[in-house]
Amino acid sequence: MNAKEYRMAKTGKLMIEILPDKCDFCGCCVGVCPEDAIELKEAEIFIIDENCTNCSKCIWACPIEVIRFNKEGVLKTR
Amino acid sequence: MNLLDKSYDVIVVGAGPAGTVAARFAAEQGVDVLVLEKDRDVGYPVRCAEAISKRNVVKFIEPNDKWIAAKINRFEFVAPNGNSVSMDLEDESGYVLERRIFDYELGLLASQAGAKILTRVYVNGLILEGNKVCGVKAEYRGKQYEIKSKVVIAADGVESRVGRWAGIKTHIDFREMESCFQVTAGNLENIDPKTLYFYLGSNYAPNGYFWVFPKGKNIANVGLGVSGDTGKKRSALSFLNDNLQKLYPAASILTQIAGGVPCALTLERISGDGILLAGDAARQVNPLTGGGIGSGMEGGSIAGRIAGEAVRKGDLSLLENYRDEWMKIRGKNHLIFDKLKDGVFNMRDEQFNAICEKMQKIPKNKRTLGKLFMTALAKQPKLLVEVAKVYMV
Ligand SMILES: Cc1cc2nc3c(=O)[nH]c(=O)nc-3n(C[C@H](O)[C@H](O)[C@H](O)COP(=O)(O)OP(=O)(O)OC[C@H]3O[C@@H](n4cnc5c(N)ncnc54)[C@H](O)[C@@H]3O)c2cc1C
Ligand code: SF4
Ligand code: SF4
Repeated sequence: MNAKEYRMAKTGKLMIEILPDKCDFCGCCVGVCPEDAIELKEAEIFIIDENCTNCSKCIWACPIEVIRFNKEGVLKTR
Repeated sequence: MNLLDKSYDVIVVGAGPAGTVAARFAAEQGVDVLVLEKDRDVGYPVRCAEAISKRNVVKFIEPNDKWIAAKINRFEFVAPNGNSVSMDLEDESGYVLERRIFDYELGLLASQAGAKILTRVYVNGLILEGNKVCGVKAEYRGKQYEIKSKVVIAADGVESRVGRWAGIKTHIDFREMESCFQVTAGNLENIDPKTLYFYLGSNYAPNGYFWVFPKGKNIANVGLGVSGDTGKKRSALSFLNDNLQKLYPAASILTQIAGGVPCALTLERISGDGILLAGDAARQVNPLTGGGIGSGMEGGSIAGRIAGEAVRKGDLSLLENYRDEWMKIRGKNHLIFDKLKDGVFNMRDEQFNAICEKMQKIPKNKRTLGKLFMTALAKQPKLLVEVAKVYMV
């Protein structure tokens, strides 16, 4: 499934995943996240699971399509 | 780390233009100031197209060729059908900066005024007593610190989390976030090194614009932003790839960067008990152009001055004056720019084409930005009055 198809997916129980090795650490996702659910350091990023509501706004805001739904609900972080 | 084992009058989070100018203006009041920046370098990475008017520069720093890549005397707008209209400006009306050096110099000025700066410090919380902000929690080289201060200035940019921890809703509606992708490209042909180019229309950048801002001969910052609504369907990166392919297939790419511009009105609340927000964090960006260097320095200077005064006079209630001062000096114009943004960015391609044609008929020496908006908004008289307020046409 490509990033676009992920975007079409229903939120359900799916989790949000960031591909940290492809992330540019620009902060767009953090800026739009209503739940303060993203931690962004100098070159490190991850979702704070307990806060995330799967609203997918971060996905729409990412300029380079490196956030997506993760089918397994497993979060890969650096 | 010595610097982190003390307490301060004012702690500034973020060493962008808003943060370092805030620090300078606070330090000039004779108070102790510490600036904390999470990145390794002040000034890098550069997530910016680097254009600014001279007026906005000279207010805060004397122009210096070591951080000026281009001196601008012309705007050119390109309509969706490829027609363009240009507008001559006074010589050196604006600049394309080398922000890597510019931001660093602003940091140096803050240091010279007495502020301390430390990079590589990630602020990850606030010290709170009830609702009162009493300092920050931060991580530095694997160790956690608590640093007390009388005032915290949150100048932490578009991601702006510090304000949230003080109970201020800083997150931005995804539709107002312009998510951007930009390259600095070489081998660009037919680019005048003194002209800023703006491409409009749904092909180039729906609800935004595609920019080509020169940084010398045949080299320019080339990028675009799309709002979250567009982002649902297509990302900034994919638009940029298409535009480059179409306009500059032979370009060589020297830098690539993603970034976000919060093209929104200033937040309702930009101060709290012991805290002020400045720059992108306060949404002090010009909502029409996305320009935030000048307005960030403006917001930072007001925040720094007020924080310094409040500490000096021992009266923290002075912090409450911050938003009013900001609105008086600049924020009220942003209200107008925000209306213009709605008028302009919702236009259809045919409308852009028609405006361009009309503008071409106006003699070059009579073309002004005010005229451009008058032409563009001829059918929206209410907006025209607003334009007149900004441009005095
Ligand atoms: C692609 C793009 C093009 C742009 N083009 C222009 C333009 O041509 N002209 C213009 O005027 N404006 C432009 N802007 C906007 C401009 O770059 C910003 O408005 C400006 O940088 C805002 O300054 P600031 O000091 O508020 O924030 P920033 O410059 O973003 O600085 C914030 C700093 O805070 C640091 N920080 C964040 N969180 C923490 C934390 N928790 N702990 C420690 N440090 C932290 C960050 O690392 C950063 O260095 C553009 C923006 C983008 C993305
Ligand atoms: S899905 Fe929503 S809540 Fe979760 S990280 Fe993204 S923006 Fe935040
Ligand atoms: S918006 Fe995308 S590129 Fe930017 S920090 Fe978030 S995940 Fe990374």
